[in-house]
Amino acid sequence: MTQKHRQWLAAALFLLPDGAGLLLFVAVPMVLALAMGFFSVNEFGSVSFAGLQNYQAMFRDPLFYKSLQVTVTYTVVFVPSLFVVSLALAHLIQQRVPLVGLWRMLLFLPNFVSVVVVALMFQYVLGQRTGILDQLIAPLGGANISWLGDPRYALWTVIAISVWIYMGYYMIIFLAALEDVPREYYDAARIDGAGFWGRFVHVTWPLIRPTSFFVLLLATIGGLAGLQGFDLVFVATSGGPANATEMGIFYIYQQAFQYGNFGYAAAMASFIVAILLLWSIFLFALTRGGRFELG
Amino acid sequence: MILLSGAMGALALFTVAPLLWMLSGAFKRADQVFQLSLIPTAPTLDNFVYVLTQVPFLRYMLNSLIVAIAVTVAALLFHSMAGYALARLRFPGRDVLFFLIYATLMVALPVILVPLYIVVRTLGMVDNFAGLIVPSIFNAFGIFLLRQYFLGLPRELEEAAALDNCGYWGIYWHVALPLARPIMAALAVFFFLYNWNSFLWPLTITNNQDLWMIQLGIASFHSEHSAAWNYIMAASTLAAAPTMLLFFVFQRQIVSSLKSTGMK
Repeated sequence: MTQKHRQWLAAALFLLPDGAGLLLFVAVPMVLALAMGFFSVNEFGSVSFAGLQNYQAMFRDPLFYKSLQVTVTYTVVFVPSLFVVSLALAHLIQQRVPLVGLWRMLLFLPNFVSVVVVALMFQYVLGQRTGILDQLIAPLGGANISWLGDPRYALWTVIAISVWIYMGYYMIIFLAALEDVPREYYDAARIDGAGFWGRFVHVTWPLIRPTSFFVLLLATIGGLAGLQGFDLVFVATSGGPANATEMGIFYIYQQAFQYGNFGYAAAMASFIVAILLLWSIFLFALTRGGRFELG
Repeated sequence: MILLSGAMGALALFTVAPLLWMLSGAFKRADQVFQLSLIPTAPTLDNFVYVLTQVPFLRYMLNSLIVAIAVTVAALLFHSMAGYALARLRFPGRDVLFFLIYATLMVALPVILVPLYIVVRTLGMVDNFAGLIVPSIFNAFGIFLLRQYFLGLPRELEEAAALDNCGYWGIYWHVALPLARPIMAALAVFFFLYNWNSFLWPLTITNNQDLWMIQLGIASFHSEHSAAWNYIMAASTLAAAPTMLLFFVFQRQIVSSLKSTGMK
Protein backbone atom coordinates (compact mmCIF):
# COMPACT_ATOMS: atom_id res chain seq x y z
CA MET A 1 0.00 0.00 0.00
CA THR A 2 1.39 3.38 -0.92
CA GLN A 3 1.63 6.31 1.44
CA LYS A 4 -1.29 7.95 -0.35
CA HIS A 5 -3.56 4.96 0.06
CA ARG A 6 -2.59 4.57 3.70
CA GLN A 7 -3.76 8.12 4.21
CA TRP A 8 -7.07 7.41 2.45
CA LEU A 9 -7.65 4.39 4.66
CA ALA A 10 -6.80 6.38 7.81
CA ALA A 11 -9.22 9.12 6.79
CA ALA A 12 -11.98 6.60 6.20
CA LEU A 13 -11.47 5.06 9.65
CA PHE A 14 -11.32 8.45 11.36
CA LEU A 15 -14.58 9.47 9.69
CA LEU A 16 -16.38 6.17 10.13
CA PRO A 17 -18.09 6.69 13.54
CA ASP A 18 -19.42 10.18 12.87
CA GLY A 19 -20.15 9.42 9.23
CA ALA A 20 -22.22 6.36 10.09
CA GLY A 21 -23.94 8.13 12.98
CA LEU A 22 -24.90 11.19 10.95
CA LEU A 23 -26.12 8.97 8.14
CA LEU A 24 -28.25 6.79 10.39
CA PHE A 25 -29.58 9.41 12.82
CA VAL A 26 -29.78 12.54 10.65
CA ALA A 27 -29.69 11.80 6.90
CA VAL A 28 -31.93 8.71 6.88
CA PRO A 29 -34.60 10.36 9.09
CA MET A 30 -34.43 13.43 6.86
CA VAL A 31 -35.13 11.35 3.75
CA LEU A 32 -37.81 9.40 5.62
CA ALA A 33 -39.37 12.68 6.74
CA LEU A 34 -39.93 13.59 3.12
CA ALA A 35 -41.09 10.13 2.03
CA MET A 36 -43.27 9.12 4.99
CA GLY A 37 -45.93 11.67 4.19
CA PHE A 38 -47.06 9.39 1.35
CA PHE A 39 -47.65 6.46 3.68
CA SER A 40 -50.10 5.64 6.37
CA VAL A 41 -48.01 4.61 9.38
CA ASN A 42 -49.43 3.94 12.80
CA GLU A 43 -47.54 3.73 16.06
CA PHE A 44 -47.41 -0.07 15.95
CA GLY A 45 -45.43 0.03 12.74
CA SER A 46 -47.97 -1.11 10.16
CA VAL A 47 -47.29 0.69 6.92
CA SER A 48 -49.39 1.10 3.82
CA PHE A 49 -49.09 3.37 0.81
CA ALA A 50 -51.48 6.28 1.10
CA GLY A 51 -50.67 8.35 -1.92
CA LEU A 52 -51.68 11.95 -1.39
CA GLN A 53 -54.25 11.13 1.32
CA ASN A 54 -52.20 12.66 4.15
CA TYR A 55 -51.64 15.82 2.17
CA GLN A 56 -55.32 16.07 1.23
CA ALA A 57 -56.29 15.61 4.87
CA MET A 58 -53.75 18.25 5.82
CA PHE A 59 -55.26 20.90 3.57
CA ARG A 60 -58.73 20.15 4.96
CA ASP A 61 -57.59 20.33 8.59
CA PRO A 62 -58.42 23.70 10.21
CA LEU A 63 -55.94 22.99 13.02
CA PHE A 64 -53.19 22.60 10.43
CA TYR A 65 -53.93 26.11 9.11
CA LYS A 66 -54.08 27.43 12.64
CA SER A 67 -50.72 25.83 13.49
CA LEU A 68 -49.23 27.20 10.28
CA GLN A 69 -50.47 30.66 11.14
CA VAL A 70 -49.00 30.41 14.65
CA THR A 71 -45.66 29.15 13.30
CA VAL A 72 -45.41 31.92 10.70
CA THR A 73 -46.44 34.65 13.17
CA TYR A 74 -43.95 33.32 15.68
CA THR A 75 -41.11 33.24 13.15
CA VAL A 76 -41.89 36.57 11.51
CA VAL A 77 -41.87 38.35 14.87
CA PHE A 78 -39.21 36.29 16.64
CA VAL A 79 -36.46 36.47 14.01
CA PRO A 80 -36.32 40.27 13.47
CA SER A 81 -36.77 40.94 17.20
CA LEU A 82 -33.96 38.58 18.08
CA PHE A 83 -31.79 40.08 15.36
CA VAL A 84 -32.26 43.68 16.48
CA VAL A 85 -32.03 42.96 20.20
CA SER A 86 -28.87 40.87 19.98
CA LEU A 87 -27.15 43.27 17.58
CA ALA A 88 -27.98 46.18 19.91
CA LEU A 89 -26.73 44.25 22.93
CA ALA A 90 -23.51 43.40 21.07
CA HIS A 91 -22.93 47.12 20.44
CA LEU A 92 -23.49 47.88 24.12
CA ILE A 93 -21.33 45.08 25.39
CA GLN A 94 -18.53 46.09 23.05
CA GLN A 95 -17.99 49.35 24.97
CA ARG A 96 -15.00 49.38 27.25
CA VAL A 97 -16.65 50.35 30.51
CA PRO A 98 -16.17 49.07 34.08
CA LEU A 99 -17.83 45.72 34.90
CA VAL A 100 -18.68 45.04 31.27
CA GLY A 101 -17.52 41.43 31.66
CA LEU A 102 -20.03 40.88 34.44
CA TRP A 103 -22.90 42.42 32.45
CA ARG A 104 -21.98 40.32 29.43
CA MET A 105 -22.05 37.20 31.58
CA LEU A 106 -25.47 38.01 33.03
CA LEU A 107 -26.94 38.75 29.59
CA PHE A 108 -25.58 35.45 28.28
CA LEU A 109 -26.83 33.45 31.27
CA PRO A 110 -30.44 32.74 30.15
CA ASN A 111 -29.08 30.72 27.23
CA PHE A 112 -27.78 28.09 29.64
CA VAL A 113 -30.93 27.51 31.64
CA SER A 114 -33.04 24.68 30.25
CA VAL A 115 -36.15 25.76 28.36
CA VAL A 116 -38.25 23.59 30.69
CA VAL A 117 -37.01 25.53 33.71
CA VAL A 118 -37.52 28.78 31.81
CA ALA A 119 -41.10 27.80 30.99
CA LEU A 120 -41.89 26.94 34.62
CA MET A 121 -40.18 30.05 35.93
CA PHE A 122 -42.11 32.38 33.63
CA GLN A 123 -45.39 30.69 34.49
CA TYR A 124 -44.62 31.58 38.09
CA VAL A 125 -43.37 35.12 37.40
CA LEU A 126 -46.09 35.92 34.84
CA GLY A 127 -49.04 34.41 36.70
CA GLN A 128 -52.25 36.42 36.58
CA ARG A 129 -52.51 38.92 39.44
CA THR A 130 -50.35 36.85 41.81
CA GLY A 131 -47.33 36.80 39.51
CA ILE A 132 -44.41 39.13 40.14
CA LEU A 133 -44.88 41.13 36.95
CA ASP A 134 -48.59 41.81 37.49
CA GLN A 135 -47.82 42.84 41.08
CA LEU A 136 -45.10 45.19 39.88
CA ILE A 137 -47.22 46.89 37.25
CA ALA A 138 -50.36 47.04 39.40
CA PRO A 139 -49.41 50.39 41.02
CA LEU A 140 -48.79 51.84 37.56
CA GLY A 141 -52.47 51.50 36.83
CA GLY A 142 -51.83 48.11 35.34
CA ALA A 143 -53.12 45.17 34.93
CA ASN A 144 -54.61 41.96 35.81
CA ILE A 145 -53.21 40.19 32.81
CA SER A 146 -52.85 36.49 32.24
CA TRP A 147 -49.76 36.71 30.07
CA LEU A 148 -49.68 33.04 29.15
CA GLY A 149 -53.35 32.22 29.67
CA ASP A 150 -55.08 34.84 27.54
CA PRO A 151 -55.34 34.02 23.82
CA ARG A 152 -54.70 37.67 23.01
CA TYR A 153 -51.28 37.70 24.72
CA ALA A 154 -50.03 34.13 24.97
CA LEU A 155 -48.18 33.93 21.64
CA TRP A 156 -46.51 37.32 22.13
CA THR A 157 -45.40 36.24 25.58
CA VAL A 158 -43.97 33.01 24.17
CA ILE A 159 -42.08 35.01 21.53
CA ALA A 160 -40.73 37.45 24.13
CA ILE A 161 -39.50 34.54 26.27
CA SER A 162 -37.84 32.97 23.21
CA VAL A 163 -35.98 36.21 22.52
CA TRP A 164 -34.99 36.37 26.19
CA ILE A 165 -33.49 32.87 25.93
CA TYR A 166 -31.55 33.38 22.71
CA MET A 167 -30.45 37.03 22.69
CA GLY A 168 -27.29 36.34 24.71
CA TYR A 169 -26.09 33.68 22.30
CA TYR A 170 -26.49 35.85 19.22
CA MET A 171 -25.09 38.82 21.13
CA ILE A 172 -21.82 36.88 21.43
CA ILE A 173 -21.91 35.90 17.74
CA PHE A 174 -22.44 39.56 16.73
CA LEU A 175 -19.81 40.71 19.23
CA ALA A 176 -17.24 38.49 17.51
CA ALA A 177 -18.17 40.04 14.17
CA LEU A 178 -17.99 43.59 15.53
CA GLU A 179 -14.56 42.96 17.06
CA ASP A 180 -13.32 41.88 13.64
CA VAL A 181 -14.11 45.24 12.04
CA PRO A 182 -10.75 47.06 11.75
CA ARG A 183 -10.72 50.12 14.02
CA GLU A 184 -9.07 52.22 11.30
CA TYR A 185 -12.31 52.07 9.30
CA TYR A 186 -14.19 53.69 12.16
CA ASP A 187 -11.45 56.28 12.63
CA ALA A 188 -11.59 57.13 8.94
CA ALA A 189 -15.39 57.42 9.05
CA ARG A 190 -15.13 59.64 12.12
CA ILE A 191 -12.72 61.96 10.32
CA ASP A 192 -15.26 62.14 7.50
CA GLY A 193 -17.74 63.36 10.09
CA ALA A 194 -19.89 60.22 10.31
CA GLY A 195 -21.97 59.92 13.48
CA PHE A 196 -22.89 56.65 15.14
CA TRP A 197 -25.60 55.92 12.60
CA GLY A 198 -23.38 56.82 9.66
CA ARG A 199 -20.62 54.55 10.92
CA PHE A 200 -23.11 51.76 11.43
CA VAL A 201 -24.62 52.03 7.95
CA HIS A 202 -21.39 52.55 6.02
CA VAL A 203 -18.85 50.53 8.00
CA THR A 204 -20.41 48.01 10.37
CA TRP A 205 -23.39 46.80 8.37
CA PRO A 206 -21.52 45.86 5.14
CA LEU A 207 -18.76 44.15 7.10
CA ILE A 208 -20.98 42.04 9.33
CA ARG A 209 -23.18 40.85 6.47
CA PRO A 210 -21.94 37.26 6.58
CA THR A 211 -22.79 37.10 10.29
CA SER A 212 -26.18 38.70 9.70
CA PHE A 213 -26.86 36.08 7.06
CA PHE A 214 -25.85 33.30 9.40
CA VAL A 215 -27.97 34.62 12.26
CA LEU A 216 -31.02 35.06 10.01
CA LEU A 217 -30.63 31.55 8.65
CA LEU A 218 -30.18 29.87 12.03
CA ALA A 219 -32.87 31.89 13.79
CA THR A 220 -35.38 31.16 11.04
CA ILE A 221 -34.65 27.46 11.13
CA GLY A 222 -34.95 27.56 14.91
CA GLY A 223 -38.21 29.47 14.69
CA LEU A 224 -39.92 27.41 11.99
CA ALA A 225 -38.68 24.09 13.33
CA GLY A 226 -39.66 25.02 16.88
CA LEU A 227 -36.18 24.41 18.25
CA GLN A 228 -36.85 26.61 21.24
CA GLY A 229 -40.57 26.96 20.79
CA PHE A 230 -41.47 23.32 21.33
CA ASP A 231 -40.26 22.89 24.91
CA LEU A 232 -41.67 26.28 25.83
CA VAL A 233 -45.10 25.59 24.37
CA PHE A 234 -45.19 22.02 25.68
CA VAL A 235 -44.52 23.05 29.27
CA ALA A 236 -45.95 26.56 29.52
CA THR A 237 -49.12 26.48 27.42
CA SER A 238 -49.67 23.01 25.87
CA GLY A 239 -50.57 24.84 22.68
CA GLY A 240 -53.35 26.75 24.38
CA PRO A 241 -55.22 28.80 25.27
CA ALA A 242 -57.68 28.16 22.45
CA ASN A 243 -54.80 26.91 20.24
CA ALA A 244 -53.23 30.39 20.38
CA THR A 245 -49.74 28.89 20.73
CA GLU A 246 -50.37 25.69 18.77
CA MET A 247 -47.12 25.74 16.79
CA GLY A 248 -46.76 23.49 13.77
CA ILE A 249 -44.12 21.42 15.43
CA PHE A 250 -46.25 20.94 18.54
CA TYR A 251 -49.27 19.90 16.48
CA ILE A 252 -47.07 17.44 14.59
CA TYR A 253 -45.88 15.99 17.89
CA GLN A 254 -49.46 15.62 19.10
CA GLN A 255 -50.58 13.91 15.89
CA ALA A 256 -47.66 11.49 16.05
CA PHE A 257 -47.31 10.65 19.70
CA GLN A 258 -50.75 11.33 21.13
CA TYR A 259 -52.92 10.12 18.25
CA GLY A 260 -50.44 7.73 16.59
CA ASN A 261 -50.82 9.25 13.10
CA PHE A 262 -47.17 9.01 12.10
CA GLY A 263 -47.78 9.38 8.36
CA TYR A 264 -49.97 12.44 8.81
CA ALA A 265 -47.42 13.98 11.16
CA ALA A 266 -44.67 13.33 8.61
CA ALA A 267 -46.73 14.95 5.85
CA MET A 268 -46.98 18.12 7.90
CA ALA A 269 -43.29 17.94 8.83
CA SER A 270 -42.36 17.70 5.16
CA PHE A 271 -44.38 20.85 4.54
CA ILE A 272 -42.28 22.69 7.14
CA VAL A 273 -39.10 21.26 5.58
CA ALA A 274 -40.25 22.65 2.22
CA ILE A 275 -40.73 26.12 3.72
CA LEU A 276 -37.31 25.88 5.37
CA LEU A 277 -35.65 24.90 2.10
CA LEU A 278 -37.35 27.69 0.16
CA TRP A 279 -36.30 30.22 2.79
CA SER A 280 -32.67 29.01 2.75
CA ILE A 281 -32.54 29.16 -1.05
CA PHE A 282 -34.11 32.62 -0.98
CA LEU A 283 -31.56 33.86 1.55
CA PHE A 284 -28.66 32.39 -0.43
CA ALA A 285 -29.93 33.98 -3.64
CA LEU A 286 -30.62 37.32 -2.00
CA THR A 287 -27.16 37.58 -0.49
CA ARG A 288 -25.39 35.93 -3.44
CA GLY A 289 -24.31 33.05 -1.25
CA GLY A 290 -24.25 35.30 1.77
CA ARG A 291 -20.67 36.12 0.86
CA PHE A 292 -20.41 33.35 3.32
CA GLU A 293 -17.47 31.03 2.95
CA LEU A 294 -17.59 27.49 4.18
CA GLY A 295 -14.66 26.92 6.46
CA MET B 1 -18.49 55.62 31.31
CA ILE B 2 -19.85 54.90 34.77
CA LEU B 3 -23.29 56.00 33.61
CA LEU B 4 -23.19 53.70 30.61
CA SER B 5 -22.00 50.83 32.77
CA GLY B 6 -24.82 51.56 35.20
CA ALA B 7 -27.40 51.49 32.42
CA MET B 8 -25.99 48.20 31.13
CA GLY B 9 -26.05 46.83 34.66
CA ALA B 10 -29.70 47.74 35.03
CA LEU B 11 -30.45 45.99 31.74
CA ALA B 12 -28.47 42.92 32.79
CA LEU B 13 -30.23 42.74 36.16
CA PHE B 14 -33.60 43.16 34.47
CA THR B 15 -32.65 40.24 32.24
CA VAL B 16 -31.78 37.90 35.10
CA ALA B 17 -34.60 39.14 37.36
CA PRO B 18 -36.89 36.16 36.59
CA LEU B 19 -34.08 33.82 37.62
CA LEU B 20 -33.65 35.69 40.90
CA TRP B 21 -37.36 35.34 41.66
CA MET B 22 -37.19 31.65 40.83
CA LEU B 23 -34.39 31.27 43.35
CA SER B 24 -36.29 33.32 45.88
CA GLY B 25 -39.50 31.35 45.34
CA ALA B 26 -37.63 28.14 46.04
CA PHE B 27 -36.95 29.35 49.59
CA LYS B 28 -40.41 30.79 50.30
CA ARG B 29 -43.12 29.06 52.31
CA ALA B 30 -46.23 27.98 50.41
CA ASP B 31 -48.34 30.79 51.90
CA GLN B 32 -45.70 33.39 51.00
CA VAL B 33 -44.69 32.20 47.57
CA PHE B 34 -46.47 35.09 45.85
CA GLN B 35 -44.96 37.73 48.09
CA LEU B 36 -43.24 40.33 45.98
CA SER B 37 -40.13 40.65 48.14
CA LEU B 38 -37.04 39.12 46.62
CA ILE B 39 -35.63 38.16 50.02
CA PRO B 40 -37.99 35.63 51.63
CA THR B 41 -39.27 36.94 54.96
CA ALA B 42 -39.23 33.44 56.45
CA PRO B 43 -36.76 31.46 54.36
CA THR B 44 -37.10 27.69 54.51
CA LEU B 45 -35.39 24.62 53.08
CA ASP B 46 -38.56 22.53 53.32
CA ASN B 47 -39.25 22.84 49.58
CA PHE B 48 -35.95 21.24 48.72
CA VAL B 49 -36.43 18.53 51.32
CA TYR B 50 -39.88 17.78 49.90
CA VAL B 51 -38.84 17.49 46.27
CA LEU B 52 -35.76 15.44 47.11
CA THR B 53 -37.59 12.99 49.36
CA GLN B 54 -41.08 12.76 47.84
CA VAL B 55 -40.07 12.65 44.19
CA PRO B 56 -37.16 10.61 42.71
CA PHE B 57 -35.35 13.78 41.63
CA LEU B 58 -31.96 12.37 42.56
CA ARG B 59 -32.66 9.42 40.28
CA TYR B 60 -33.63 11.80 37.43
CA MET B 61 -30.49 13.86 38.02
CA LEU B 62 -28.36 10.72 38.04
CA ASN B 63 -29.90 9.63 34.72
CA SER B 64 -29.19 13.04 33.24
CA LEU B 65 -25.64 12.89 34.54
CA ILE B 66 -25.04 9.45 33.01
CA VAL B 67 -26.50 10.43 29.63
CA ALA B 68 -24.82 13.84 29.47
CA ILE B 69 -21.39 12.44 30.38
CA ALA B 70 -21.65 9.48 28.00
CA VAL B 71 -22.75 11.67 25.10
CA THR B 72 -20.05 14.24 25.84
CA VAL B 73 -17.22 11.70 25.97
CA ALA B 74 -18.31 9.88 22.80
CA ALA B 75 -19.00 13.12 20.94
CA LEU B 76 -15.60 14.59 21.80
CA LEU B 77 -13.82 11.44 20.61
CA PHE B 78 -15.79 10.98 17.38
CA HIS B 79 -15.95 14.67 16.44
CA SER B 80 -12.25 15.23 17.04
CA MET B 81 -11.45 12.19 14.88
CA ALA B 82 -13.70 13.44 12.09
CA GLY B 83 -12.52 17.03 12.46
CA TYR B 84 -8.90 15.89 12.36
CA ALA B 85 -9.38 13.87 9.18
CA LEU B 86 -11.26 16.71 7.48
CA ALA B 87 -8.60 19.24 8.42
CA ARG B 88 -5.31 17.37 8.16
CA LEU B 89 -5.65 14.34 5.91
CA ARG B 90 -5.82 14.36 2.12
CA PHE B 91 -8.31 12.10 0.44
CA PRO B 92 -10.63 12.32 -2.54
CA GLY B 93 -14.05 13.85 -1.93
CA ARG B 94 -12.99 15.66 1.21
CA ASP B 95 -14.66 18.96 0.37
CA VAL B 96 -17.90 17.31 -0.73
CA LEU B 97 -18.00 15.27 2.45
CA PHE B 98 -17.39 18.35 4.55
CA PHE B 99 -20.16 20.19 2.79
CA LEU B 100 -22.57 17.27 3.39
CA ILE B 101 -21.67 17.20 7.08
CA TYR B 102 -22.04 20.96 7.24
CA ALA B 103 -25.46 20.74 5.59
CA THR B 104 -26.76 18.54 8.43
CA LEU B 105 -26.48 21.65 10.64
CA MET B 106 -29.65 22.78 8.91
CA VAL B 107 -31.60 19.73 10.08
CA ALA B 108 -33.43 20.48 13.31
CA LEU B 109 -34.48 17.67 15.66
CA PRO B 110 -38.20 18.54 15.82
CA VAL B 111 -38.50 18.25 12.04
CA ILE B 112 -37.10 14.71 11.92
CA LEU B 113 -38.48 13.62 15.28
CA VAL B 114 -41.03 11.12 13.97
CA PRO B 115 -38.76 9.28 11.48
CA LEU B 116 -35.88 9.40 13.95
CA TYR B 117 -38.10 7.74 16.53
CA ILE B 118 -38.97 5.03 13.99
CA VAL B 119 -35.29 4.45 13.14
CA VAL B 120 -34.34 4.23 16.80
CA ARG B 121 -37.26 1.94 17.58
CA THR B 122 -36.25 -0.34 14.70
CA LEU B 123 -32.82 -0.57 16.31
CA GLY B 124 -34.46 -1.67 19.57
CA MET B 125 -33.39 1.40 21.50
CA VAL B 126 -36.71 2.56 22.93
CA ASP B 127 -36.77 2.82 26.71
CA ASN B 128 -33.13 2.21 27.39
CA PHE B 129 -29.98 4.22 27.89
CA ALA B 130 -28.73 3.43 24.37
CA GLY B 131 -31.75 5.24 22.92
CA LEU B 132 -31.08 8.28 25.11
CA ILE B 133 -27.36 8.36 24.43
CA VAL B 134 -26.49 7.14 20.92
CA PRO B 135 -28.70 9.38 18.71
CA SER B 136 -27.64 12.45 20.73
CA ILE B 137 -23.94 12.00 19.98
CA PHE B 138 -23.97 13.01 16.35
CA ASN B 139 -24.07 16.65 15.34
CA ALA B 140 -22.04 18.65 12.91
CA PHE B 141 -21.46 21.60 15.21
CA GLY B 142 -18.62 19.91 17.11
CA ILE B 143 -17.03 18.51 13.94
CA PHE B 144 -17.12 21.97 12.42
CA LEU B 145 -15.47 23.67 15.40
CA LEU B 146 -12.76 21.04 15.80
CA ARG B 147 -11.96 20.99 12.09
CA GLN B 148 -11.60 24.75 12.25
CA TYR B 149 -9.21 24.41 15.18
CA PHE B 150 -7.09 21.67 13.58
CA LEU B 151 -6.81 23.73 10.39
CA GLY B 152 -4.98 26.36 12.40
CA LEU B 153 -2.21 24.05 13.62
CA PRO B 154 1.19 24.39 11.88
CA ARG B 155 2.23 21.68 9.42
CA GLU B 156 5.61 21.13 11.12
CA LEU B 157 4.00 19.33 14.04
CA GLU B 158 2.99 16.41 11.88
CA GLU B 159 6.31 16.34 10.07
CA ALA B 160 8.13 16.02 13.37
CA ALA B 161 5.75 13.27 14.47
CA ALA B 162 6.09 11.50 11.13
CA LEU B 163 9.86 11.38 11.63
CA ASP B 164 9.26 9.63 14.96
CA ASN B 165 7.31 7.06 12.97
CA CYS B 166 3.96 7.65 14.61
CA GLY B 167 1.07 6.42 12.46
CA TYR B 168 -1.87 8.69 11.69
CA TRP B 169 -3.55 7.60 14.89
CA GLY B 170 -0.39 8.40 16.83
CA ILE B 171 -0.20 11.91 15.39
CA TYR B 172 -3.86 12.50 16.15
CA TRP B 173 -3.70 11.07 19.65
CA HIS B 174 -0.28 12.28 20.82
CA VAL B 175 0.10 15.54 18.91
CA ALA B 176 -3.18 17.04 17.68
CA LEU B 177 -5.49 16.10 20.55
CA PRO B 178 -3.36 17.50 23.39
CA LEU B 179 -3.08 20.77 21.47
CA ALA B 180 -6.86 20.95 21.13
CA ARG B 181 -7.41 20.81 24.89
CA PRO B 182 -8.86 24.35 25.25
CA ILE B 183 -11.49 23.91 22.56
CA MET B 184 -12.26 20.38 23.74
CA ALA B 185 -12.92 21.76 27.23
CA ALA B 186 -15.30 24.39 25.89
CA LEU B 187 -17.08 21.82 23.72
CA ALA B 188 -17.35 19.43 26.66
CA VAL B 189 -19.21 22.10 28.61
CA PHE B 190 -21.45 22.77 25.62
CA PHE B 191 -22.33 19.13 25.05
CA PHE B 192 -22.89 18.49 28.73
CA LEU B 193 -25.21 21.48 29.12
CA TYR B 194 -27.09 20.70 25.94
CA ASN B 195 -27.80 17.15 27.03
CA TRP B 196 -28.54 18.04 30.62
CA ASN B 197 -31.09 20.53 29.32
CA SER B 198 -32.61 18.38 26.60
CA PHE B 199 -36.29 17.59 26.85
CA LEU B 200 -37.88 16.71 23.51
CA TRP B 201 -35.81 13.61 22.77
CA PRO B 202 -36.00 12.05 26.27
CA LEU B 203 -39.73 12.80 26.22
CA THR B 204 -40.11 10.93 22.94
CA ILE B 205 -37.91 7.93 23.63
CA THR B 206 -38.65 6.99 27.27
CA ASN B 207 -41.83 5.76 28.90
CA ASN B 208 -40.20 4.01 31.83
CA GLN B 209 -40.08 6.48 34.69
CA ASP B 210 -36.81 4.98 35.98
CA LEU B 211 -35.14 6.32 32.83
CA TRP B 212 -36.52 9.84 33.02
CA MET B 213 -34.04 12.63 32.73
CA ILE B 214 -34.28 15.70 34.94
CA GLN B 215 -36.11 18.02 32.54
CA LEU B 216 -38.78 15.38 31.96
CA GLY B 217 -38.95 14.88 35.72
CA ILE B 218 -39.65 18.52 36.53
CA ALA B 219 -42.07 18.98 33.64
CA SER B 220 -44.08 16.04 34.89
CA PHE B 221 -43.79 17.16 38.52
CA HIS B 222 -45.26 20.48 37.40
CA SER B 223 -48.27 18.86 35.76
CA GLU B 224 -48.98 16.94 38.98
CA HIS B 225 -48.41 19.85 41.38
CA SER B 226 -49.64 22.64 39.17
CA ALA B 227 -50.26 25.18 41.93
CA ALA B 228 -47.41 24.34 44.32
CA TRP B 229 -45.04 26.98 43.04
CA ASN B 230 -42.73 26.79 46.04
CA TYR B 231 -42.04 23.12 45.25
CA ILE B 232 -41.84 23.71 41.51
CA MET B 233 -39.35 26.55 41.92
CA ALA B 234 -37.23 24.42 44.28
CA ALA B 235 -37.22 21.60 41.71
CA SER B 236 -36.38 24.05 38.92
CA THR B 237 -33.56 25.55 40.95
CA LEU B 238 -32.14 22.07 41.56
CA ALA B 239 -32.34 21.28 37.84
CA ALA B 240 -30.72 24.57 36.85
CA ALA B 241 -28.01 24.63 39.54
CA PRO B 242 -25.43 22.37 37.83
CA THR B 243 -25.72 24.22 34.52
CA MET B 244 -25.40 27.62 36.19
CA LEU B 245 -22.34 26.43 38.08
CA LEU B 246 -20.70 25.15 34.89
CA PHE B 247 -21.59 28.36 33.11
CA PHE B 248 -20.05 30.59 35.76
CA VAL B 249 -16.86 28.54 35.90
CA PHE B 250 -16.37 28.14 32.14
CA GLN B 251 -18.06 31.17 30.59
CA ARG B 252 -14.77 32.65 29.36
CA GLN B 253 -13.91 29.50 27.42
CA ILE B 254 -17.47 29.25 26.10
CA VAL B 255 -17.44 32.82 24.85
CA SER B 256 -14.03 32.52 23.20
CA SER B 257 -14.89 29.23 21.50
CA LEU B 258 -18.17 30.67 20.22
CA LYS B 259 -16.26 33.65 18.85
CA SER B 260 -13.86 31.35 17.03
CA THR B 261 -16.58 29.38 15.27
CA GLY B 262 -15.93 31.21 12.04
CA MET B 263 -19.68 31.79 11.88
CA LYS B 264 -18.98 35.35 11.01
